[in-house]
Amino acid sequence: MLEVRDISKTFYAGTSNEVRALRNVDLNIEPGSFTIVIGTNGSGKSSLLNAVAGTFFVDSGSVHIAGRDVTQWPEHARAKLIGRVFQNPFSGTAPQMSIAENVALAARRGRWRGLGWALAPGLVKELRDRVSQLGMGLEDRVHNSIGTLSGGQRQALTLLMATWLKPQLLLLDEHTAALDPKSADQVIRLSQEVIQRDSLTTMMVTHSMQQAANLGDRLIMMYRGRIIHDFRDAEKRRLRAEDLLTRFDEVRRGELLDESAAEMLRRKYV
Amino acid sequence: MTLLIGSMTIGLILSLLALGVFISFRVFDFPDITADGSTTLGASIAAILLVNGTSPLLATAAGFCGGAAAGATTGILHTKFRINGLLAGILVMTALYSINLRVMGRSNIPLLQATTLSSQAEQVATAALGRPSFDFFGWDVASRDAAVLLFAFAVVVVVGAGLYAFFRTDLGTAMRATGDNQQMIRALGVDVGNMTILGLAVSNGLIALAGALLAQYQGFADVQMGIGMVVWGLASVIIGEALVGTTRIGMVIAGAVMGSVLFRLLIAIALRAGLNPNDLKLVTAVFVFIALILPGLLARFGRGGARDA
Repeated sequence: MLEVRDISKTFYAGTSNEVRALRNVDLNIEPGSFTIVIGTNGSGKSSLLNAVAGTFFVDSGSVHIAGRDVTQWPEHARAKLIGRVFQNPFSGTAPQMSIAENVALAARRGRWRGLGWALAPGLVKELRDRVSQLGMGLEDRVHNSIGTLSGGQRQALTLLMATWLKPQLLLLDEHTAALDPKSADQVIRLSQEVIQRDSLTTMMVTHSMQQAANLGDRLIMMYRGRIIHDFRDAEKRRLRAEDLLTRFDEVRRGELLDESAAEMLRRKYV
Repeated sequence: MTLLIGSMTIGLILSLLALGVFISFRVFDFPDITADGSTTLGASIAAILLVNGTSPLLATAAGFCGGAAAGATTGILHTKFRINGLLAGILVMTALYSINLRVMGRSNIPLLQATTLSSQAEQVATAALGRPSFDFFGWDVASRDAAVLLFAFAVVVVVGAGLYAFFRTDLGTAMRATGDNQQMIRALGVDVGNMTILGLAVSNGLIALAGALLAQYQGFADVQMGIGMVVWGLASVIIGEALVGTTRIGMVIAGAVMGSVLFRLLIAIALRAGLNPNDLKLVTAVFVFIALILPGLLARFGRGGARDA
């Protein structure tokens, strides 16, 4: 479903701030897979997601989604294939517009927007139903503006919007990182439900070892712009949060040495 | 009474300008000062067509289209060539000064001999009422003044309702969302650049429409008539927001219209009370300045007061 071939991306190339965010990353995600991406700060996990979403164009390599080469597609064109939930709860919704209007916008993701009424009666009825399934008590407030909603409510709503039209690929970018633990659990539960119900191909970045261990059928660990571990199926199911922490410790020990030495040691022992 | 009706008519005509400014400054949060040029562009196009005998409706529509083209140009400079929004507006506004002189062929075109929308409205009124003036609660009102006021009101109602309806369509909600949260609307498949170009086209179309109507009402088009129009429109929008106190789109549109009329009345009263017309732009600018900083100041004093107490 998603095919990332040998992509690289360097920010601020040629300056003292040069960051090699992605280095020759290869990744193939099968339809229906729920892939977790973890990594330390600056490991490139969010860059990988953004490269797929089209937030920036990659320097080299190619990105294919659902068999289409989208490497040169701008972000808004890729939106036809991709549903997204951002880390920042403020990013996924238009605060001055109502819940209903936000959903109506999502109901035409990647489609032609003409002069038909955005809030067609049929749509309002359906969105009331689906909003009530979130269990957030928003169904009676669909005409209120988003500005009054809590972070958890916004993320739940953004998730509903991202999956309103079944996306070829769902991208979740640390979408519970900014939430309190209770809301985070709720949003994770809602994410699991919709991913299972619609068997969505999903890529989820997280910093929570717990989420990484409990969710998904595949786990990718990134470090310095590369994929350093790729656990699948049985191996993924056996993973515990502690195992992941151990792996991170290994990575951190490596960080104490300089980059080339760490690279050499890793190739020898890991 | 004539003064009052005149002020209200101009206020209504300029409320179209306020609606245009509302779209660029409020919906898109884009400081578009193309408006100063597009007001005059609308007036020039309409004026030159009118003196050459084109039907007033067609001439006014042509004014709208000219403004839309000017707005689209600013949008293209900003989105496709990545020029700062303010600078893009300045460039187009400056270019429009010469274009307006080219369109008119000179700096001023009188329309007193031409058939305009105002003169047509006056004719209809005198024919319908059969007398040049009528009694309105004890005031002697000229039929032609009343007719033009009514006509302006009708135009504003039609445009305002049309704009309201547009902002509730798929395209219109996407346009509002573009101003509200670009990241979100991009992730939902909207090309932010094209949407901005379209929005600025609609905005400046309305502003040019106001210019075209104003020229026909006051009986001339002048190359200087657009100066300060952005600030004028902004003042109207700010007053309107204070009047309605909500961000609901329908109320905000109504508010901008009321704000424009109220602002024009206030100016008329101030002029009557002895304000030097030369100081008008200064007063308007100071007014907008105060309105812009007032909310922040109030909040600061509010906090300071709470701390003292």
